[in-house]
Amino acid sequence: MATPGKVRALDRIMRVATGIVAGGSLVAMAAILVFLLRDSWPSILYNGGHFLTSITWNIGNLYSGAVSRHNGVMAPHGAAYGILPFILGTLLSSLIAVVLAVPLAVGIGLLLVEYLPRRVGDSLSFAVEMLAGIPSVVIGLWGIAVLIPWIGRGLGPWLQAVFGFIPFLRGPIGSGQGLLASGLVLAVMITPIIAATTRDVLRQTPRETKDGALGLGLTRWEMIRAVSLPWSASGIFGAVILGLGRALGETMAVLMVSGSAVNYLPQNIFSPIGTMAATIVSQLDSAMTDPTGMAVHALAEIALVLFVMSIVVNVPARLLLSAAARRGGEAQ
Amino acid sequence: MNVTWRRLKDRIMLGLAALMGIIILVPVLGMIWLVVSHALPALSLGLFTQVTVGAGGGLANAIVGTFYVVGLGILIAGPLGIMAGVYVGEVDPGGSFAQVVRFTTDVMAGVPSIVIGYFGYVTLVLGLGWGFSTLAGAIALSLIGIPYVVRSTETALSKVPRGMREASLALGASQSTTIWRVTLREALPGVVTGVLLALSIAIGETAPLLYTAGWSNYMPSLQLTHAPVGYLTYVVWTYINEPFASANALAYAAGLLLLVLIVIVNVVARRLVSRSRLGR
Repeated sequence: MATPGKVRALDRIMRVATGIVAGGSLVAMAAILVFLLRDSWPSILYNGGHFLTSITWNIGNLYSGAVSRHNGVMAPHGAAYGILPFILGTLLSSLIAVVLAVPLAVGIGLLLVEYLPRRVGDSLSFAVEMLAGIPSVVIGLWGIAVLIPWIGRGLGPWLQAVFGFIPFLRGPIGSGQGLLASGLVLAVMITPIIAATTRDVLRQTPRETKDGALGLGLTRWEMIRAVSLPWSASGIFGAVILGLGRALGETMAVLMVSGSAVNYLPQNIFSPIGTMAATIVSQLDSAMTDPTGMAVHALAEIALVLFVMSIVVNVPARLLLSAAARRGGEAQ
Repeated sequence: MNVTWRRLKDRIMLGLAALMGIIILVPVLGMIWLVVSHALPALSLGLFTQVTVGAGGGLANAIVGTFYVVGLGILIAGPLGIMAGVYVGEVDPGGSFAQVVRFTTDVMAGVPSIVIGYFGYVTLVLGLGWGFSTLAGAIALSLIGIPYVVRSTETALSKVPRGMREASLALGASQSTTIWRVTLREALPGVVTGVLLALSIAIGETAPLLYTAGWSNYMPSLQLTHAPVGYLTYVVWTYINEPFASANALAYAAGLLLLVLIVIVNVVARRLVSRSRLGR
């Protein structure tokens, strides 16, 4: 039999140990920031603000042995590291994804919570969860085999025939790889995330208020407009930003369908693009051949920009969602 | 307003919502059909017994490698995530430190996996000089999975009725005994679901592994560092772009294996959730 003193010591050890592990997430986030900053420091010195605003990405002449110096750091002769095309590619493809995913996800969320009986809803829920679980490379596989040919031969020509008056839709369609394919693939990937979170937020709407609205003679849609949507608006908005964050950082599926463009700003919705995340993967092999190491430092700076971007997007999303959850908890 | 018009509008909105539900089924079913129809002709016993050679061969190295890296990653993420979840959900749920941890963990779940991969590359592959290796890959995967384990553990713990805890404490059990014997046991289905969620995410990851685990045509060895390792998602990504039918077939076969693994994990997780609901 343990003595009270031993028991108290064991409790204390348990509290301290779990507390230390819990603090691990703070340490991990700080470490990610510190190490990315440290590894990208030479690139920050070399490129300055041009990194974000310049179009040219060129790891330089690796064979002449000549180097250029700038701010005390070396890079191969002729090297330039500008990621504006990748930033634009990331933002535009994510924008397309969000515009397509929001109506889909909110429709599915409403279907699951307000319209479908539990049994049918559960199987749709399962399909949506399955989609969320499908590995991004398999989604990319589908993008290559199905989506790209469809955009090149079906959707692209059709869009131009019907909406050709919109400048961004005009111009060459190419093979179907590019901005639109990336946006569609991302839409497929973030719809389940937004839908699942929207479903959870909608479920928080107080039952009595909804029943009251229906009892007053409102139709189900009027009830949704008057009660469910206003009640859940900020939570749904949080879910959308969460999905946006996922789209900004998605790598493999986009890499497989984007056309991996460099030194090229998207001209229309069918242009090949590169995103920041995809470029970190597609440029790794060539970057590692740089004897000065500057190309790898530049990739680290892309990762740093992506990390900061993900925090800027996720912090407000989480604040909105936790506020929504708190309100739901108070109402019930 | 006109009653018929209001009813009609209600019907139209229902129709639109239903349309959204149908549209999302198209890619789900399309992907499953694509992978299954292309992979079935490629399935053979050799897939499981041979390693990848050039543009063909089997997937034995990738299958074993996936289990190896992901298994090790979950062995790290599981206990750590559960411990952090116990702190946040049970030791000091209302505390300000717990609140900060909760928030940070949520934000961490949103960090792109490629960023975590690059972090692993800088610190483990280069910094500690491990090279592309199983352990570096497993640690990267564990960083990605931990937030999900923490969240599910916390949620599951918060649903345990307060009375159970109080009864245990009133009987003279210590807090650690109460957590170990009563609350964690009661919350077990939810906790395991979180671990399974992390498992299914880890199985499907590619980008962070490219930067930490590398790739290898050979069967994985027990060497944790200084030896790259193969995994299924890599095969899907690289072999679909090879100009050989045998390589493409291998990519689809790897995709099918991934889908099967993920369906199994999801179905088990669903069973657990519904069982825990019935138990209450």
